[in-house]
Amino acid sequence: MSTPTTFMQWVIFLLHKYLPFFIQGCEITFILALVGTLFGCLIGLLVGVLRTIPAPGSNANPAVKILYKLLQFVLLAYIEIFRGTPMMVQAMVVYYGSMQVFNLNMSPMFAGFFVVSINTGAYMAETVRGGIDSIAVGQTEAAKAIGMTHWQTMMSVIMPQTIRNILPQIGNNLIINIKDTSVLNVISVTELYFNGKSAAGVYYRYFEVYFLISVLYFIMTFACARLLRWVERKIDGSGYYELVDPLADPTGMLPEKKKTKGALRLW
Amino acid sequence: MVNDTSILKVQHLTKRFGDHQVLQDIDFETYPQDVTCIIGASGSGKSTLLRCINLLETPTSGEILFHGASIFAGGFNLNTYRAHVGMVFQSFNLFHNMTVLQNCMAGTQKVMKKSREEAHDLAIKYLTKVGMDPYINAKPAQLSGGQQQRVAIARALAMEPEVLLFDEPTSALDPQMVGEVLEVMRSLALEGLTMIIVTHEMAFAKDVSSRVIFMDQGVIAEDGPPSQIFEAPKNERTKEFLSRFINR
Repeated sequence: MSTPTTFMQWVIFLLHKYLPFFIQGCEITFILALVGTLFGCLIGLLVGVLRTIPAPGSNANPAVKILYKLLQFVLLAYIEIFRGTPMMVQAMVVYYGSMQVFNLNMSPMFAGFFVVSINTGAYMAETVRGGIDSIAVGQTEAAKAIGMTHWQTMMSVIMPQTIRNILPQIGNNLIINIKDTSVLNVISVTELYFNGKSAAGVYYRYFEVYFLISVLYFIMTFACARLLRWVERKIDGSGYYELVDPLADPTGMLPEKKKTKGALRLW
Repeated sequence: MVNDTSILKVQHLTKRFGDHQVLQDIDFETYPQDVTCIIGASGSGKSTLLRCINLLETPTSGEILFHGASIFAGGFNLNTYRAHVGMVFQSFNLFHNMTVLQNCMAGTQKVMKKSREEAHDLAIKYLTKVGMDPYINAKPAQLSGGQQQRVAIARALAMEPEVLLFDEPTSALDPQMVGEVLEVMRSLALEGLTMIIVTHEMAFAKDVSSRVIFMDQGVIAEDGPPSQIFEAPKNERTKEFLSRFINR
């Protein structure tokens, strides 16, 4: 192959030469984003639920009151600190700090997972709190009125509705994470941007390489966006319902077991 | 009175929201098979009284006895108590994430720990009673207000409560749907279910209740059988309130 001269020739040349290398970068990026979002959601759910625990009454045990205040302070501090500093800086602090202070030799990948998770968790905590607050108070009252405990109310009534409502925001976070894991190149995580940078340096073709990289990022985010819309529609289920004639089939009314598999049946 | 022992006994109940005295020194009792209607103007404290009974609001002072035991006592199990005292809300409050059937099974399965089959049978039994059994697969959002309220009644009945509280069950419904819900409540009264009903449906109260409580500005202004309250009210405020209703 002769030396490429035009933009398109360079693109095809680089694609031919570096596609497997870029795909490797895509894999790392995607795994970081997916795992980070997943753990971030779990952290966010936990912190969000803890943040909505009602304050103990004025005649409660003083130790309980202090514990409550302390817990709320720690949770708020976590949210404000990790929302309020750049993820790139967090990556540096965690990666180099763990080595210097705790003598812990994290791999860049592990530091990456860790930083993306706690960063997403801080944002998700606020999303979850908002989601819980947005559920009409009547839902909680109805659950209490049939004798459900706070935990049962949360698990079977409030959280299923909250999670459905914050799903678009979870999607946002996944997409943001696909893009923002690029900052992890500062701790040498070999994600897509890092690989792009390496490839660009070989022939000094920055425009062509980053053009390719941007297309790959877009393919990943767009595919995720479509996938999440599909999941939402799946969860919402059919807009119709079948009337059941109780006399026609008196035994067939119990919803079939196979349909109750997985959390999706909660909706 | 059918029975001497009261199910619920409310004594000197008061409730204050800040400086606003909502309930003042409320006293009344409910015996098995009583159908008590609480009437009165908006803001007279009817709903607050009902919400105090199952502790959705915490009373400021006073006592509530359930079969003679204080519900404020240390060892009293509030969740078990609530399972025995059902509640039907003005805005239905069906669980939006569940189907009609799941709504009616949630309490029996999760709170009363009945088996899936038992919970299912109870749900079907009471959904049939309110005429909603064909709709078991529907989501609350797919139903009309009247249908939702009937499911809410079935959900409360599935717990087989000793007392059922109704907080303005027809106020959020259009006139056509009011009838279907009142019809269900009427049949429950005939079957001897103990009920305390906050309502603005005077004809229904007159017809169905064994006893009517008229509330005015946070106190029980008059209390007696429907014949007394509606035909020969003793209190001036009762007369005034009822005349406004009749002239409407």
